[in-house]
Amino acid sequence: MITKPDFQVILKSDEEIALMRKAGRIVGETLLELAEQVRPGADVRDLNTYVEAKYKRLGVIPTFKGYQGYPDVVCVSVNEQLVHGIPRPRILQEGDIVSIDLGATVEGFVGDSAITVGCGSISAEAQRLLDVTREALWAGIHAARDGVRKGDIGAAIQEVIETAGYGLVRNYVGHGVGREMHEPPQMPNYGKRNAGLHMRSGMVIALEPMVTHGRPDTFVHDDGWTVSTKDGKLASHFEHTIALRPGAAVVLTSPD
Amino acid sequence: MARSSTSRKRFQARPAPAPKADKIEVEGVVREALPNAMFRVELANNHEVLAHVSGKIRMHFIKILPGDRVLVELSEYDLTRGRVTYRFKS
Repeated sequence: MITKPDFQVILKSDEEIALMRKAGRIVGETLLELAEQVRPGADVRDLNTYVEAKYKRLGVIPTFKGYQGYPDVVCVSVNEQLVHGIPRPRILQEGDIVSIDLGATVEGFVGDSAITVGCGSISAEAQRLLDVTREALWAGIHAARDGVRKGDIGAAIQEVIETAGYGLVRNYVGHGVGREMHEPPQMPNYGKRNAGLHMRSGMVIALEPMVTHGRPDTFVHDDGWTVSTKDGKLASHFEHTIALRPGAAVVLTSPD
Repeated sequence: MARSSTSRKRFQARPAPAPKADKIEVEGVVREALPNAMFRVELANNHEVLAHVSGKIRMHFIKILPGDRVLVELSEYDLTRGRVTYRFKS
């Protein structure tokens, strides 16, 4: 897969990272609140409305709105939709899996995170897909330490996904985060060990493994945004924004 | 939001390069003509510098001879080298 070359990575100071934590906390907290609202009979559109209202009340800027023309504040992708689902009025059913991707800009810095949750009770297969994707994300987070190479992080994520036998999406990648949502470096969810950019303390990245139940091939809908699996099988997505520090990385988008 | 691995939108350009440092212009008198359009020029402060003729002067076929009063550009990196950028009418 072609990835573009990485331009200069912007490093963040400890103070800046602390500021980024503010945005991250909002995102993490809001995602949990949205997860609670996912139940059979709920309308996807209401999730968007909820976030808009909350952000407005708190003075948080919705990062996604207007980003390259994106029309809403959150991405909601149901079942075979992988990412970037525009929240249209849609009633969720028992057994659906719902990926929610959210961004927030606070004091100039961005936080980006995503979770996939089941609506009501979901099949064991679906649950396993979610668990593996979450595990892959955490494998990447634990791999991200000062001094490792970018390929090590990608490889860690890749190993979890491929050992479980699921499809690994290559067209979409994680990314650096800072004052812009998308900054260099690109963070693919696959990689070659001991290869690639040297990861350093001060880098802030968003890792977002995207995993499919069937083949990893995707296509974009006519709305220009929603990405779905070509074979129509389920897809899941988890994301955290993390800051590399001496030693282990700090998860900026955790809710507490 | 995930990033497409092949999306056209460029990442930020590299930070702008540092602005070009200023040059120092001084007047001097040509003392000696050397090969390859180089000249020994004595400046007002009695310093002697090695200067080459600027391309612009060459382009217009302007001759420079010993005794001419000229403007020399010196870089702040090496005050003993310069570029002849103007010949005064004298």
